[in-house]
Amino acid sequence: MIARSSGNADGHGVAVSAENCAKTFADGTQALGSVTLDVERGETVVLLGPSGCGKTTLLRIIAGLEHPDAGGRVLFNKTDVTRVPIERRNVGMVFQSYALFPNMNVAENIGYGLKIRGVNGAERGARVAELVALTGIEGLEHRRIDQLSGGQRQRVALARAVAVRPSVLLLDEPLTALDAALRERLRGELNRLLRTLGITTIYVTHDQSEAMALGDHIVVMRKGAIAQIGTPRDIYFAPASRFVAEFVGAANIVEAEYRDGSLVFPGGKLAATAAGDGKGKEPVVVMIRPESIKIVPADGAALCGQVEAVSFVGDRQRAAIGGVAAKAIMVDAPNSLPLKTGDRVGLAVDPGAVRLLPGDSQ
Amino acid sequence: MRDRLIFAAQFAFTLLVAAFLIVPAVLSMLAGVTLNYFRGIQSGLTLQWVVQVWELYSETIFRSFLIAITTLAVTLIVGIPAAYALHLRSDRLSRAIEEVITLPLAIPGLALALALLLSYGGFSDFRRSWLFILAGHSVFTLPFMVRSVMAMFGAIDVKTLDEGAASLGAPPWRRFRDVIVPNAAPGILAGSLMVVTLSLGEFNLTWMLHTPLTKTLPVGLADSYASMRLEVASAYTLVFFVMIIPLLVAMQTFARYRGNPAALPR
Repeated sequence: MIARSSGNADGHGVAVSAENCAKTFADGTQALGSVTLDVERGETVVLLGPSGCGKTTLLRIIAGLEHPDAGGRVLFNKTDVTRVPIERRNVGMVFQSYALFPNMNVAENIGYGLKIRGVNGAERGARVAELVALTGIEGLEHRRIDQLSGGQRQRVALARAVAVRPSVLLLDEPLTALDAALRERLRGELNRLLRTLGITTIYVTHDQSEAMALGDHIVVMRKGAIAQIGTPRDIYFAPASRFVAEFVGAANIVEAEYRDGSLVFPGGKLAATAAGDGKGKEPVVVMIRPESIKIVPADGAALCGQVEAVSFVGDRQRAAIGGVAAKAIMVDAPNSLPLKTGDRVGLAVDPGAVRLLPGDSQ
Repeated sequence: MRDRLIFAAQFAFTLLVAAFLIVPAVLSMLAGVTLNYFRGIQSGLTLQWVVQVWELYSETIFRSFLIAITTLAVTLIVGIPAAYALHLRSDRLSRAIEEVITLPLAIPGLALALALLLSYGGFSDFRRSWLFILAGHSVFTLPFMVRSVMAMFGAIDVKTLDEGAASLGAPPWRRFRDVIVPNAAPGILAGSLMVVTLSLGEFNLTWMLHTPLTKTLPVGLADSYASMRLEVASAYTLVFFVMIIPLLVAMQTFARYRGNPAALPR
């Protein structure tokens, strides 16, 4: 686990476990297969996957908004809370639509959980002020919810969820409703805030860059099952399946033949480390990230191809190189490199950057 | 020029239609303060008919208000939680219940009254009291309350608000009181005004359910039309108008804000 900053006043929450949690809805759709997940105390785990993968259902089961099918259990610090309703789980939750109360102003929204817990007015006011400062919404305390911008609402929702010093913070796509620029800025703020609080956090998103930036661990989900659990680096550099490789970041997924310690492509061959058992010929599927491929002079290069297309993105350019493998290989090249369609180029790949994927994986 | 002509024609037509509807009402009210209607307004204006109506029928007016207010109380107590439950649950049973609640809208008031008489007419104390009329009015107005509140719940995403409050530790009744009801207030208000107005003006059902001792305002109105001189009946209409018009205006005003609590004046 990643070491945390010290000096947090909110405690670190609880360890959360979901054991064999499946969910079949009344209409028969199975949103979640049997899933088991352990979240350590104080860590941030991101549930990542395309829509319909079951990530929100899993979050709602942990929150107590849904019951898992028979056999599933939810544990907070090893205590079974499966049958405990959400209002007695002491969670803090941020909804995609924020679920702020239009009949209360900002301060009343943030203080509502404390009011429910019987915290007196003065103490409540102090805690609200603390969170208003922490989330940077000073001056908005007496605004009505409909007078706030999207970003401000997001902060209020977060402040409200954190105000009650929850055992676990649950965030359901909290940035999805915002526009791209604001999303990026709030992601940074959210990251700092989560590190400061050091509270157990489960964060649902379909945005892989959000997952990378925020998660200590990422749980990639697909079709109601967990595809892979790992650190952002694990997930990025060592995807367990073709699906994970394609979903997280850009990836070239190409077929090759493994022959005597080398990966043989139509356009040349690469030395491979510890791939396969080294016996005879084997068809394999490998993943190479575009940024780990370098463009070199064609003469003497291990892999050769032709530039099929170049798109300039500012900080770099992405080239599609044909003739190397069955389909064009994407390469991220420095923006200063003169590249044009039709150029014959060589490709250099660090053997460590070639990742063998399970052959039959999807 | 042509546009102005068209506009003028449309405006005149609108005025004509409005006059066609408004003139009888004005004439009727005017008759209520005319000394002798057959001799016309030149016979002089008087409040004696209004006073007479008050003496003869004030009891029915108070009873009508009593019934309207208690009907409102019943529909609020039954209707809001029912709307809440029906909104949160979306299974077949709740759809069926919703239909059953709405049924009284489609059944003629007389048939409804007959059913009530057949079922509960035997409980003679109940039959003889105003509570019998209350029962009829509650059945008749409940769908208006439930529909109105449900429409509001639909507009404010009440499920997410409820979950939000629950996540902050609020037990169900606190969520209902602190979050659900305040945010559904415009819908509840619209429903309330409708219930009160309908109950005050209800005749069909009430006419079947009333006894000589439990007459309501509209029943008294029919009674006065049948047995009193025209001026008295008209004065009665005037009293009825004066009471019901402010309610209708309030209803119109709040109907405009339905589904948009943020637009309510605060």
